[in-house]
Amino acid sequence: MSGSFPEESLLELFIFETLQSLQQLEDSILASEQQDSLKPEDINLIFRIMHTIKGSAGVMGYTNISALAHAMEDLFFYLRAKPKAPYDCSELSDLILQGIDFTKLETIKIRNGDPADGDASALAEELAAYLQFLKNRSESETAERNTDVAKLQQPDAMSQTTDAGAAGTLCYRAFLRFEETCQLENIRAFTVIHQLDETLDCNFTYHPEDIIENPDSADVIRRDGFVIVLETAVCREVVADFLRNAPYVSVMELEQLQERPSAIQHHTPQMRKSELPLHTKELAARMPDSTLQTAGGKKPKESGHIPPAHQTMISVNVAKMDKLMDLIGELVIAEAMVTQNPDLAAVNGTLDNFSKAARQLRKISAEMQDVVMSLRMVPIAATFHKMGRIVRDMTRKLNKEATLVIVGEETEVDKNIIEHLSDPLMHLVRNALDHGIESPEERLTAGKPRSGTVTLEAKHSGGDVMVMIRDDGKGLHRDKIVRRALENGLLTRDERELSDKEIFKLIFHPGFSTKDSVSEFSGRGVGMDVVVKDLEQVGGTATVDSVPGAGSTVTLRIPLTLAIVDAMNVGVGHSRFSLPTASIVRSFRPNAKDLLLDPHGNEWIMVRGGCYPVLRLHHLSGTVRSTASIEEGILIMVEDEGRSLCLFADELLGQQQVVVKALPDYILNSAGSKHFVGCTLLGDGSISLILDVIRLTSAMNAVAIS
Amino acid sequence: MAGNHAYEESPEEDTQRDKYLIFSLGSQFYGIEIEYVTEIIGLQPIAGIPDLPEYIKGIINLRGKIIPVMDVRLRFRMEPQPYNDRTCVIVIDILDEVLGLIVESVSEVLPIPPEEIVPAPDSPGSGRFVTRIGKTAHGVKLLLDCAKLLRDAEPELPGNAIQPNE
Repeated sequence: MSGSFPEESLLELFIFETLQSLQQLEDSILASEQQDSLKPEDINLIFRIMHTIKGSAGVMGYTNISALAHAMEDLFFYLRAKPKAPYDCSELSDLILQGIDFTKLETIKIRNGDPADGDASALAEELAAYLQFLKNRSESETAERNTDVAKLQQPDAMSQTTDAGAAGTLCYRAFLRFEETCQLENIRAFTVIHQLDETLDCNFTYHPEDIIENPDSADVIRRDGFVIVLETAVCREVVADFLRNAPYVSVMELEQLQERPSAIQHHTPQMRKSELPLHTKELAARMPDSTLQTAGGKKPKESGHIPPAHQTMISVNVAKMDKLMDLIGELVIAEAMVTQNPDLAAVNGTLDNFSKAARQLRKISAEMQDVVMSLRMVPIAATFHKMGRIVRDMTRKLNKEATLVIVGEETEVDKNIIEHLSDPLMHLVRNALDHGIESPEERLTAGKPRSGTVTLEAKHSGGDVMVMIRDDGKGLHRDKIVRRALENGLLTRDERELSDKEIFKLIFHPGFSTKDSVSEFSGRGVGMDVVVKDLEQVGGTATVDSVPGAGSTVTLRIPLTLAIVDAMNVGVGHSRFSLPTASIVRSFRPNAKDLLLDPHGNEWIMVRGGCYPVLRLHHLSGTVRSTASIEEGILIMVEDEGRSLCLFADELLGQQQVVVKALPDYILNSAGSKHFVGCTLLGDGSISLILDVIRLTSAMNAVAIS
Repeated sequence: MAGNHAYEESPEEDTQRDKYLIFSLGSQFYGIEIEYVTEIIGLQPIAGIPDLPEYIKGIINLRGKIIPVMDVRLRFRMEPQPYNDRTCVIVIDILDEVLGLIVESVSEVLPIPPEEIVPAPDSPGSGRFVTRIGKTAHGVKLLLDCAKLLRDAEPELPGNAIQPNE
C-alpha cells in the first residue's frame, strides 16, 4: 500500500479519539458545575484526558493543541493534588470549556483538511495565571489551617514531620491462607499483591518475599500462610473486604498494628513514582497537608473506573458498515434468486434436500441481516448530552436558570438518522430556553420553581423513535401565533376552524417567529422550519403540544432506520411498488358506484361516509397502463397525520422487509423522483419503487382542499 | 503516491487509447470511447418512473446496483423501435454517474487513430452529440460525446400530463 496510508489512519484515530474525549470532558464539566464542585474522579478524568490529548497532539505535530492541553493539565495536576483548593467552579468551568472549544475547533479544522492554525497562547496564559492565583490563595489559606491542624494533632506530630503520606494512616497485618486445592499459591499471592497495588493506595511489605522468583515459596505459603503488612489511610473495613474477596483466599485475618514496623519498605506503585519528583517540586515550599493523602486514598484508582466494556469495543469506519449493509442486501436478494429459481420447477423428483439446505441458508441470512442492522444502531445518549452545553451557555447569556433532564438516553437509533437529529434538537432546545423558559423572577411570580426544566426524552414506539423536547416554561400562546400568522398571511382559513395542534404547527412555517426581539440564539424566524426540513430528510415529523403557562412539548417521530422498511408490495401491470406497512390503514375492493369524478378529472371515492382522493398507481409507473377497471383492482388506503389517500393497484403481492436503496442521482435530479423515497429489489431481482406516502398524501389532499 | 498512481494507470490507458465501441442505430454506426464503457449487458426489465424525459426509460437492477437507462434512439429524437433480442445496454461510467444506454446492437471495438478522425460539421441537430467522425476501412463511424448525452439538457417537455395534482 502507499506510504501515506498509516499516517492517515493515525490521523483519523487522533481526530476520533480527541473528539470523543472532548465530549466526555464536556459532559463531566457540566455535571460537576451543577453540583458546584469538582469530584476527585472528575479532576482525575480531566487530567487524564488532557494528558492524552497533550501527548497525541504532540506526536501528530499540533503544537498549539498540545500547548493548551499542557496548560490545562498543569492546572488539574495542581487541583488533583489539592482538591480543596479555593477554586470557583463556574470560573474554572468557563476556562476549561473555552479550552475544549478551542481544541474541538482545531480538531475539526484538521478533519476538514485545513491547517490547525489557531492560537491558544492567550488562553494558555490565562490558565497559567489562574493556576498561579489558586496557588497563591491556597498557600495563604493552608498556612492558616495548618497551624490549627498542628494544634489538634499534637500527639501525632511525628508523622507530620517524617512522611507526607503518613498522616492519618494506620498499619495492618494481614494473614492470608489460600484454598487448599488452588495450587500455585505464590502466583495467587502475587495476584493479591498486584491488585492491592492497583486498587488501594497503600504501602506494604509481604512475607515470603520471593514469591515470583522462587517456585518453592508456594509450599511455604501453603504451610505458613501469606503475610502482608500494609500501611494505608483507607479504613479497616475496606482493606478487610478487599482481601477477603481476593481470588482463592480462604482464610483472612486482619489485625491493626500499634506502631509502624521499621521493616516496612516504601513500595510505591509505578505511576506515583514517576510523578513524585513533580510532587515534591510543587509542594516543597509548603507544609505537607493531609488533604493530599485523602484525595488519592479514599477511592480506588482510576483503573477501577473504566467500565470493562470499553475494552470490548472497536470503532469501525461508517463507510465499511454501509458497504456491509449493501452486501447483506444483495445477499438476501441473491438468496431469493437461488431458492426461488425457475429452473427448480424443471427438476424431476423431490427437492427435499435442497429445501432443507435453503431453509438453513434463509435462517442464517435473516439472522445476519438482523445483526448488521443492530451494528448500525447507536444510543442517542451522545446527541442528548451535547445539548447540556447549549443549555448551560444559553442560560448564562439569557440570565435564566434551567436544568436539562435526560430520559431514555439508551434508546438506539440508526447512525445515519442520529446525524440528522442533532441540528433539529439543537434548534428545539434553543427555542425552549429562549421562548419557553421564563426568567427566574417571572417564574417565581407564576408560582413555579425558580429554575426551569428542559426534558429530553427518547423512546421506541413501533417502528419509530419518539423524541420529546419538553419545557415547563410559559407555553405557546394561541392568540399570539394567530395574530402573527395573520400578519404574515399564513392563515388561509378561519382560525376558529383550526385545532390547537394545527395552530401550533404554524410555528414550523418558514419565516414565522413570535419573538419580539431577535436574540443571539433564536428569533430570526429561521430555525423551526429548518427543524422540519431536517426531519423530512429522514422521514420524520414534528408535532407540538402546549398548555399555556405550563410549558410545551415538541414530539419528533423518526423511523428507527432508513435502511430497511417493512413494506407491502403491490403490483400494477408489470410495475411493482412498495408501501410502508405502517402507513396502510386498510385495503378493499372498491365499488364503481362509490367513485366520484370532479370536473378536473380528479377521482374521489366514498368510503364509510368519508371522501378520499384516489391515485391510480399506474400513473406513476410511466409507460405501463393498467387495463383493470376499478372493480377488478384493489384500493389501499394510506394515512399520514390524519390525511388519507386511496391508491389503486392491480393486486397485493405480500408483505416483506425491504432493503431501501437510493435512486440514482441522475433520476433524483428530475421531478419524477419526488413520489418515491427510494427503491428496492424484490426476490426475483425486479425493482420495486417505494412510495413516499407523506408527500403523496399531502400533495393529493392539497388538491382536494383547493 | 501520485507518481505511483500515474505509473499504474498509464499502461491501461494505453490499451484503451483510440479505441471505440461501435454500436448501431438504424443504418448508422456510432462510436463511444471505450474508456467510459464498463460493460455490455442484455436488456433487463426496466422499472418506469414518471415525469422523466421520455428518453430515460427508467431504472434497472445491475447486480444490486440501481442505474438509470437511456434509450439512445429517443435521445436522438428518432422514432422509437421495439426492443428485440439484439437490443443491448451499454453501461457507461461518466462524470460520476453510471448510466445504461439502450442501443439496437453492439458490433465491435475498433481502433481509430486520431489522424483518421475529423470534426463533425456544425450543422444544427447533429453537432450536439456527434462531435467527430471516424474514418475506418468499413465506412465512417459517428463518434459521440458521452458527457453531452448525460448533461446537455434538451428544452424539457413539461411532464405534468401524468400527474393530476401537480
